[in-house]
Amino acid sequence: MTSTAMTAAAPGAAGLRSRPLDGVGARLRAPLQGMLGLLAVAALWEGYKALAPEDGVVIGETRVLPRTSDLAMPHVWDMVARLGEPTTSLPGAVPLWRTVADAALVSLGIAAVGWLVGTAVGLGLAVLMARLRIVELGLLPWIVLSQTVPLIAFAPVVRSWGARIEIGGWEWPPWLSVALIASYLAFFPVAIGALRGLQSHSAIHADLMHSYASGWWSTLRRVRLPSAVPYLLPALRLGAASAVVGTVVAEVSTGFLDGIGRLLVSYAGQASGDPAKAWAPIFGAVALGLVAAMFVTLIGVLLRPYRRGEAT
Amino acid sequence: MLRSVRRSIALATAVVASSAFLTACGGDDGGGGDGDLTEVKLQLQWLPQAQFAGYYAAVDQGFFEEEGLDVEIIPSGGDIVPQDALANGDVDYAIAWVPKVLGSIEQGANLTNIAQIFQRSGTLQVAWADSGIESVADFEGKKIGSWGFGNEWEIFAAMAAEGLDSSTVEIVTQDFNMNAFLQGDIDAAQAMTYNEYAQLLETVNPDTDELYTPEDFNVIAYEDTEGAMLQDAIWADTERLSSDDEYAETTVAFLKAVIKGWAYARDNVESAAEITVAAGSSWGPSHELWMANETNKLIWPADNGIGVIDEEAWNRTVDGALAAVNEQGQNLITAEPPETAYDNTYIEDAIEELGDEVDTTGADFTPTEVTLTEGGN
Repeated sequence: MTSTAMTAAAPGAAGLRSRPLDGVGARLRAPLQGMLGLLAVAALWEGYKALAPEDGVVIGETRVLPRTSDLAMPHVWDMVARLGEPTTSLPGAVPLWRTVADAALVSLGIAAVGWLVGTAVGLGLAVLMARLRIVELGLLPWIVLSQTVPLIAFAPVVRSWGARIEIGGWEWPPWLSVALIASYLAFFPVAIGALRGLQSHSAIHADLMHSYASGWWSTLRRVRLPSAVPYLLPALRLGAASAVVGTVVAEVSTGFLDGIGRLLVSYAGQASGDPAKAWAPIFGAVALGLVAAMFVTLIGVLLRPYRRGEAT
Repeated sequence: MLRSVRRSIALATAVVASSAFLTACGGDDGGGGDGDLTEVKLQLQWLPQAQFAGYYAAVDQGFFEEEGLDVEIIPSGGDIVPQDALANGDVDYAIAWVPKVLGSIEQGANLTNIAQIFQRSGTLQVAWADSGIESVADFEGKKIGSWGFGNEWEIFAAMAAEGLDSSTVEIVTQDFNMNAFLQGDIDAAQAMTYNEYAQLLETVNPDTDELYTPEDFNVIAYEDTEGAMLQDAIWADTERLSSDDEYAETTVAFLKAVIKGWAYARDNVESAAEITVAAGSSWGPSHELWMANETNKLIWPADNGIGVIDEEAWNRTVDGALAAVNEQGQNLITAEPPETAYDNTYIEDAIEELGDEVDTTGADFTPTEVTLTEGGN
């Protein structure tokens, strides 16, 4: 999971620094660099596989470097080729990449809902804490504490609550439990980042607004919120990564059938006979993280006028 | 210019977000249900696969509907414990292994086994043919694989029955696949006849470039040992059975449909495997058919009738659970379970009401031969 989160954050950071593009060369630079990075990872994988001993490196009882057998590390070309083959031998089975892409899209949708809810809640809490010092003192420790609850303990509880909710003809769908858990992880960085941002404006600006006899809400809108943007964007990106990780983990945890998390578990169970297949949903999860990060980068483009103070 | 670009990005962003949201909503299949049917929720212990073929067949073939039930089958992921979901009142019935629920009952859950669907244990311990591990007696001092979460108790019960010291065993937690065994991290790995054992036979032996064969392995079946424990059973809420007449009636109707479902899976094993694939199993057709066939072997023939709890097998499971001490010196249970822990009334009523309509013993059952293919695809 950590690797997904890190991959998700990296390209976003690159995008943040990108300047207005001039000329075809500059336009192509980013995708080219991306391709080169991908090739470098593949070369590293194959290089290690070719050079390291079959049984990995074991010091004492602990294996410090992984095995290089085809079971543990299938060849890059085998994994890519497997993506193009049918998922199962069932007549009419779609290629593996389609199965993975379909599942990843479902997960992306759930993660998007989780991220939106998490962002709304996080922003709301941040404004509340910025407004009332007493709320910040009382609430902040609980917000930090909330992230120490392990998902394994949390997931069954959420699903159990959900199973009992029925309003009129509407029943709580299983995907909503997953989205809720994703939002639970996503709200945290947003709340912390936005709070720091809302407190980051310079005293001179606040004093000026004060001299205009401007109210708190007006100051919030004209000074605090704009000055919070440079803090908010990384927080939103962290939130997006958390939402994706939360979605995948919650899918596994609650037994949600249609997402990428379920494929991760199912294909891991098929990894003895078909080692390359187990990697397909991992690539899907990485792609999911990339798309989520790109999405936040787009928001950054929209908010560019407010990002003057950002260290780039 | 810049402004319009920004606006179109905003628009595109909104479209992506809303379409993603709609995709997520698409997973919902409406809920609700027909007014005349009683809604029932059944909690499984894992994702859809042919291990649960009878329940999915009963849905697919309309057996539940014939009994006036609208049954929703709820798969489990890693963290949903079926007996906990049942005890919490999230579901009406749950599928779970007997020893695991015995542990929950001792901790206060009020649950009753109403149908012992699997009459036999499907757990194996698999070692290499040249390993010298041929029986439970050879386990001492070895690295023994188990999935944990209560799947390890048959190992300790079998060892206790042979007077072996379980603290000499190193229990290695197994993954979802057999790689740890294939790579030599485990001397004897846990495998279900219907799943992981097939995974081994679907794997290419790097020395021969052909699939492994049964001759490559020593297979110890717990069913042949004193440690054998009862597995997939249907559990109901004890309190509701005694206080809620409607629930008790629903239970009999539910079991009638379940019996029909498993009889269908016995008589139409290929169709049953197709049904579970359609219900969301991610296995290929050959592995799924193997699983449906092996599952049938654990159920049929059922001498007393499908689901009827054999007192002797129950007592053996309880004795095993009482005797078993894990590698950390802990017991599974310390006292006999209460009398309410199992009840044959409902399954016997269901069998009687079905009469000659369905063959409930399967005395003539003969399994099919399934050819496995590489990777289970």
